[in-house]
Amino acid sequence: MPPVLNAFGPAFADDWRDAPHSTGTSIMACEFNGGVVIGADSRTTTGAYIANRASDKLTKVTDHVYCCRSGSAADTQAISDIVSYHLNFHGMELGVEPSVEVAASVFQELCYNYRDSLMAGILVAGWDKRKGGQIYSIPIGGMCVRQPVSIGGSGSSYVYGYVDANFKPKMSKDECIKFVTNCLALAMSRDGSSGGVVRLGIITEEGVERRVILGNELPKFYEEGSV
Amino acid sequence: MFDPMGAPPALWHNGPTPGGFYNFPAIQTRPSEPITHSKSPVTTATSVIALAYDKGVVIAGDLLASYGSLARYKNCPRILKVNENILLGASGDYADFQYIKSFIEQKIIDEECIGDNIKLKPKSLYCWLTRVMYQRRSKFDPFWNNIIVAGIQDGEPFLGQVDKLGTAYTDRAICTGYAAHIVLPIIRDFLDKNPNPTQAEAKALVLKCMEVLYYRDARSFSKFQIGIMDKEAGSSIEGPLTCEENWEIALVAKN
Amino acid sequence: MSSIGTGYDLSASQFSPDGRVFQVEYAMKAVENSGTVIGLKGTDGIVLAAEKLILSKLHEPNTNRRIYNVDRNIGMAFSGLIADARQIVEIARKEAANYRAQYGVSIPLKYLNDRVSMYMHAYTLYSAVRPYGCSVILASYEDKEPNMYLIDPSGVSYGYYGCATGKAKQSAKTEIEKLKLGQMTCRELAKEAAKIIYTVHDELKDKNFELELSWVCQESDGYHVRVPDSVYADAEKAAKQAMEADSESDTEDM
Repeated sequence: MPPVLNAFGPAFADDWRDAPHSTGTSIMACEFNGGVVIGADSRTTTGAYIANRASDKLTKVTDHVYCCRSGSAADTQAISDIVSYHLNFHGMELGVEPSVEVAASVFQELCYNYRDSLMAGILVAGWDKRKGGQIYSIPIGGMCVRQPVSIGGSGSSYVYGYVDANFKPKMSKDECIKFVTNCLALAMSRDGSSGGVVRLGIITEEGVERRVILGNELPKFYEEGSV
Repeated sequence: MFDPMGAPPALWHNGPTPGGFYNFPAIQTRPSEPITHSKSPVTTATSVIALAYDKGVVIAGDLLASYGSLARYKNCPRILKVNENILLGASGDYADFQYIKSFIEQKIIDEECIGDNIKLKPKSLYCWLTRVMYQRRSKFDPFWNNIIVAGIQDGEPFLGQVDKLGTAYTDRAICTGYAAHIVLPIIRDFLDKNPNPTQAEAKALVLKCMEVLYYRDARSFSKFQIGIMDKEAGSSIEGPLTCEENWEIALVAKN
Repeated sequence: MSSIGTGYDLSASQFSPDGRVFQVEYAMKAVENSGTVIGLKGTDGIVLAAEKLILSKLHEPNTNRRIYNVDRNIGMAFSGLIADARQIVEIARKEAANYRAQYGVSIPLKYLNDRVSMYMHAYTLYSAVRPYGCSVILASYEDKEPNMYLIDPSGVSYGYYGCATGKAKQSAKTEIEKLKLGQMTCRELAKEAAKIIYTVHDELKDKNFELELSWVCQESDGYHVRVPDSVYADAEKAAKQAMEADSESDTEDM
């Protein structure tokens, strides 16, 4: 497909016709004492066109495991459907919910074995009895590593510094929620492929609590003196 | 059965074929494009340095997994204690390394289960890895790694390297990646002057090399691990250690 | 056996008119011909013990073992036909390896037990195969929790605090029931296990035997291993002393 050019330059090129839906994204997960907070923006783009401005990139896998999806929307939806099916089946076989570690392994297996045909960067986050709140990062090549805090998607590259500077281990729940919200707001403000609302999930022993912070209610602490 | 060489199972085992129900015969499907395999590594780890001394081996690698030029994961160990005889270090694609690691670990468990107390030796693992790496390159789907096997066999220190094509060699000092260009000459020079270094000398040299590498390799990191295997003292992996740094040069340099 | 098969015992795929599968019962007979094997669950792990009958003086010690490793933290002890049981060991090892490759953690014993008993049960369904002539005990120590299962040739399995199979399983069970399993440590149980194996050994019918002792417990860091030499020696000594004390009291009675 030759590049489509018009008078308005590439930003207005009609790539929305054939560009794949992708979650050019800001996603994040952060441990706190008692669980994890996960978060994502809500923008799905087709090239520069916003195909969905209120999408949900936080996907349930089991009662205590969620994943944050980035990359191709089709690929990551397919993967999380398969993993969810697989883990729920395995949960029935075992009689207990599979651990977060096991969930991450199943994600990794798919992402690694099909690395040449998938575009998926996934954060697997959740809570289990043995290790409490956990986050596993599975980037495009299909490696898997546990991190106390992790960010992903195109927007993440703008906030590595902020995360490194502001993350503290063993934050309280409210502190953690605030931290995740701030990070995502910053990422969304600089990344054209991220935006909309901030969706949050707080995963603890009790299960998941979902929250939404609307686009007009996002923190604005950074705006003053913004370059 | 878990088979490191075998093709992965179907994406959704026992599930419906995606698209299978709607594949109307009238539609002419395009002839499939040639299958392509991992064209390049994604999350990568940089050089590994290994050196044999009179009674053992030293091997070191930093803890960084890079994503392009982004220093993405800063706690990714890649010096592995395989068993009492073998240390292993790998550079290149970290996902491939994790996969290789998992099947080497299973190999060791299988061996422990036999219970005869016979342990895999470094030359055997080295040889086996050459076959694994060569087999994968022959499928045009190489493991994108350089692997150094280090250990002691029959009382002699052993170092061997295999690359993604299955090319392999042994030597008294081996470096992968950038270190092969920058650091290996330093080690060779040292060995010319002191052919039988002690453990302390070898370790000091490796630490110096990690420092040099940190100055000159843009994908390197100041935190690293160092594995030592000694004939008498056994083996251990130390770390995370931090590079010595000296920036005096910046005060001297003027244009 | 109470009745002969009267033609209904030629295949595992056929019931007898009173609802039995004779081939499976015959397989259990095969188990009852072999040395006794027991498993004891303590507070901090599991002890496995086997009475390995030595059929020839020409056998080397420590060969033809009755206790194997399936994974680092899982032990399997068996009674019955050795060759049959070895195949079960192989199957269990493959299951454990597959599980680790797929899920990145070691296989939960409950799941392994399900898989292996399902496998053994499949061999009681078809005319072209015979059931496995062995019973196996699976033991593990995972997340500080000891687990133990015993699988019969029929494919039936239960979890146990203490179990026995083989020649003297009845008298072994009687002995095990006397123990306070919920309160004992593996060190204590190793001695008790040795005592039981020595007690139930039938000196008249079987001359020699070798005691096999293994454990998977806190002391072994969660690994399934043969007990250390010192523990083995202590256990054997305790067993022999108990035997002597027993025979003395026997003579007094007379």
